[in-house]
Amino acid sequence: MNSYNVVIVGGGSAGLAAAKKCYDLGIKKIVIMEKDAYLGGILNQCIHNGFGLHEFKEQLSGPEYAYRFIEMLKDTDVEIKLNTTVTEITKDKHVIYTNEEEGYQEIEAKTIIFALGCFERNAGAIQLPGDRPIGVFSAGTAQKYLNIDGYLVGKRVFILGSGDIGLIMARRMTLEGAKVLGVAEIMPYSNGLNRNIVQCLNDFNIPLYLSHTVTNVIGKEKLERIELSKVDEHFTPIKGSEQYFDVDVLLLSIGLTPVTDLLTKLGIAIHPRTKGPIVNEHNETSVKGVFVAGNGLHVHDLVDFVSNEARLASQGAYAYLNNRLHYGNEVIKTEAKAGIGYVVPQIINYLNVKDKVTLKFRATKPFKNADIIIKADDEIIKKVYKMNLIPSEMENIEISRELFNENTKVISVEVKER
Amino acid sequence: MFDILIIGAGVIGTFIARELAKYDAKILVLEKENDVGNVTSMANSAIVHSGYDPVPGTLKAKFNVLGNALYKQTCEELDVKFINCGSLTVATEEKHLEILNDLIKRAQENNVPVQLLSKEEAHKMEPNLNDNVIAALYCKTAGIVDPFNLVVHAMENAIDNGVNLALNEEVIDIKKIENGYRVITKNNEYETKIVINASGINGDKISDLVTTHHFDINPRKGEYYVLDHFDNNYLNMTIFPLPSEKGKGILMTPTSSHNYLVGPSSEFVDDKDDLSTDTLTLRQVKEQASLIMKDIPFNMTIRTFAGNRPTPSTHDFVIEKVNDSFINAVGIESPGLVSAPAIGKYIADELVQTIHTFKKKENYNPKVKKYVHMLDLSLEERQKMIKKNPKYGHIICRCEFVSEQEVLDVLNRSCPPHSIKAMKKRVRVGFGRCQGGSCQPIIANILASHYGINMLDVNYDELNTEVVKFETKGGANHE
Amino acid sequence: MEKELICIVCPRGCHLTIDDDMNVKGNFCPRGKQYAINEVTCPKRMLTSTVKIISSSIKRLPVITSEEIEKSKMFDVMNAINKVTVKAPVKMHQIIIKNVENTGVDIIATREVLK
Repeated sequence: MNSYNVVIVGGGSAGLAAAKKCYDLGIKKIVIMEKDAYLGGILNQCIHNGFGLHEFKEQLSGPEYAYRFIEMLKDTDVEIKLNTTVTEITKDKHVIYTNEEEGYQEIEAKTIIFALGCFERNAGAIQLPGDRPIGVFSAGTAQKYLNIDGYLVGKRVFILGSGDIGLIMARRMTLEGAKVLGVAEIMPYSNGLNRNIVQCLNDFNIPLYLSHTVTNVIGKEKLERIELSKVDEHFTPIKGSEQYFDVDVLLLSIGLTPVTDLLTKLGIAIHPRTKGPIVNEHNETSVKGVFVAGNGLHVHDLVDFVSNEARLASQGAYAYLNNRLHYGNEVIKTEAKAGIGYVVPQIINYLNVKDKVTLKFRATKPFKNADIIIKADDEIIKKVYKMNLIPSEMENIEISRELFNENTKVISVEVKER
Repeated sequence: MFDILIIGAGVIGTFIARELAKYDAKILVLEKENDVGNVTSMANSAIVHSGYDPVPGTLKAKFNVLGNALYKQTCEELDVKFINCGSLTVATEEKHLEILNDLIKRAQENNVPVQLLSKEEAHKMEPNLNDNVIAALYCKTAGIVDPFNLVVHAMENAIDNGVNLALNEEVIDIKKIENGYRVITKNNEYETKIVINASGINGDKISDLVTTHHFDINPRKGEYYVLDHFDNNYLNMTIFPLPSEKGKGILMTPTSSHNYLVGPSSEFVDDKDDLSTDTLTLRQVKEQASLIMKDIPFNMTIRTFAGNRPTPSTHDFVIEKVNDSFINAVGIESPGLVSAPAIGKYIADELVQTIHTFKKKENYNPKVKKYVHMLDLSLEERQKMIKKNPKYGHIICRCEFVSEQEVLDVLNRSCPPHSIKAMKKRVRVGFGRCQGGSCQPIIANILASHYGINMLDVNYDELNTEVVKFETKGGANHE
Repeated sequence: MEKELICIVCPRGCHLTIDDDMNVKGNFCPRGKQYAINEVTCPKRMLTSTVKIISSSIKRLPVITSEEIEKSKMFDVMNAINKVTVKAPVKMHQIIIKNVENTGVDIIATREVLK
């Protein structure tokens, strides 16, 4: 049976950065398995710019960001299998994949880095009420039709959810000749980046309806109109607040969920908030030698952080291959407390922390003039002031290993407004 | 002139066609939709009922029990997934025990084997039953089926044996002619000696075109949740609450594709085409289901949908010879899916023969050509298939792991899909957690290239339900 | 009069204010100051879109303006972009339209297409 030191499942932003880092660490026998005909994953359809400010200190479009990494891998011995889908992973880390040339193959992987990305939540996930006409699309699907295939799914558009993909699509469809009538967000604040509200909505006079949601989809075969209602503080639609918009497209930009089907089959536990696997400081799952990075771990707003996270997984794989990872029962747990939705990683093994560990987390709601307080058990070990803290922006805070020790039980994160 | 014209290609129409295909007759099936099995046959619980609960002596009881007995062989012949998983009908209150006993009597009259289980026995069989379940009726003959493939394959088998199918042909009038009827659609007229009305939810309207003997078919809507694959062992059987006058109640069942269904609600609606869902009804479905099962992971919901039962005012299936040229087979609400093979046989072998004795064909083949389901094969078998045809190795639906060749295969069968949804029903592309978000553009491209049409002409479902409407950069558009 | 702006230079999205004398507050970096001044004098944006590509395995080539263009010219530039067809192969950052609509800015490819 063919054997690899690292099998990277997925050749998008996380998979590419993971492969590059593994290669730089001197690991031999690395393979990337990508289901599509090209590397780069979803970056290929994200043709807008704004990627890479941290990674490359400049603003790139999605395909350019991917290209940088593809170029870096060009003269390496990293093996790349395109049009290749991994269908199964066994408990002893055998990877079963398929493509046209080789058919189904089973190979042995010393380590696996999952970089599977995420999928878009759709109408079913929110039980969108009303008819089931054609014309309701997830924003990413409409983006693929538009940017890859060259088709608009319609010309009068309403967008439910203020996630970044929805905002970006509002601008893209407008520029390509569609009329975007509005964006509705059930929360009282936007779930997209501020800059996207400005350059994707305000620039084109597209209204943003906060605390609103779609309460009826109307149209038997084709979408004809939608009913928009204001919601109260419990997200219940307010009777009498209904407005109607005649549209042929309703785009849904209502969140992303990590792809974890291959992981759950291995018995790896899924975190209820991130919907991704529970991992340790090296992004390693409960199955030793199986690492996860990118949107398949938790959903990111910036690709630069995906790349960082992938490198961390690669370092983990490297340490694992060299038998340098410690596995003890005494692990430190991280905890999301007041105002924080989740913390990744969920587990820290102190002995594996070289100089620092980066905690990644999101606020549960917007805060102004607030301190992020990190505690090791009951002791405050770090305080970071934030003028604005919003759920749509993932926060990264580094904790150096001197700030806690092997006897620490819990590292917690909370927000306190000043 | 046709010998027999069947109106409607739902599960009833297609099974009548399949059974009639045994005979040397010129047969046409008219379907108003852009695919077979596209209305009630597509949106139901997909359960092969055991037959313990219909009132003894009714057509429902008769055909349910007969149909159930035919299912295993029928699904083998048609290469359709059928799992004889059994069912539990659960009691959650002391006063229910009496009803369970009544059901046992009914089951005995209907000749259906049942077994009363104690609380412990029931919970041992299905550990995720709600703790308040105190007894259950076990029916070992119940099962689940892939209802989408069932109808498609039955139609395909009929076509392979010489039956004709015309899609997008809505019947608007029927005129009496000498020796039969002229059936008028929006686009065509067809002459036939015998008309069989299997038009489902519209069955009363079609019947009214021919006879004054009137009945109503009222749409009774049921709303459902579909849950993603999460644990194949959460539930192995169909779990029913006790039946009431509203039907079999809100059930939970695994599906033949290892999803789970929760539903249906039951509410008469005015509009036969009303397939909308609403928040309040779905909330009630959730609450009701939670009385019989514990910890249903509703966060795994990937879709909600509604279907309309064609509920007849006669309270029983309407299967009758109206005159020597017209047969009704309508009002086939639950247990219609399980009854279909038996209804098909009865109409073909008995009712039609009382009008005209058709000779049996010698070359009739009850089997469809085997389909390739890559995931059901061993790695070695898959490897062989890919050697012969590499596209079996290329997966285009990541959620359900469907290969490109499996998609291309169905395009070359005799009842091929013409829309994204028709493709979804055949090979499950778009049935997974992303609901086609990733694979829909790929499928649209495949349909366009197979039929040699522009992407702008690829329909999601019915005619005029184009998926994309304008080509950018000065390309064509649909207006 | 003070004007409130949200900076779009980077994902940080600073809340800026700028007064009539071009005094900028709230910016985290110097680029924010420049952004605010541009925004009240002559707002500019990067524009991304696609052009038709033939002899290629893909149907649309992603493109970007080589620099920011005046916001008011976005739809004029889109019109120019919509009229172009390119033929593969295309190199990364190959110029697709030179000096588009006399803005002094080029439209360049953001994907390499070999075939």
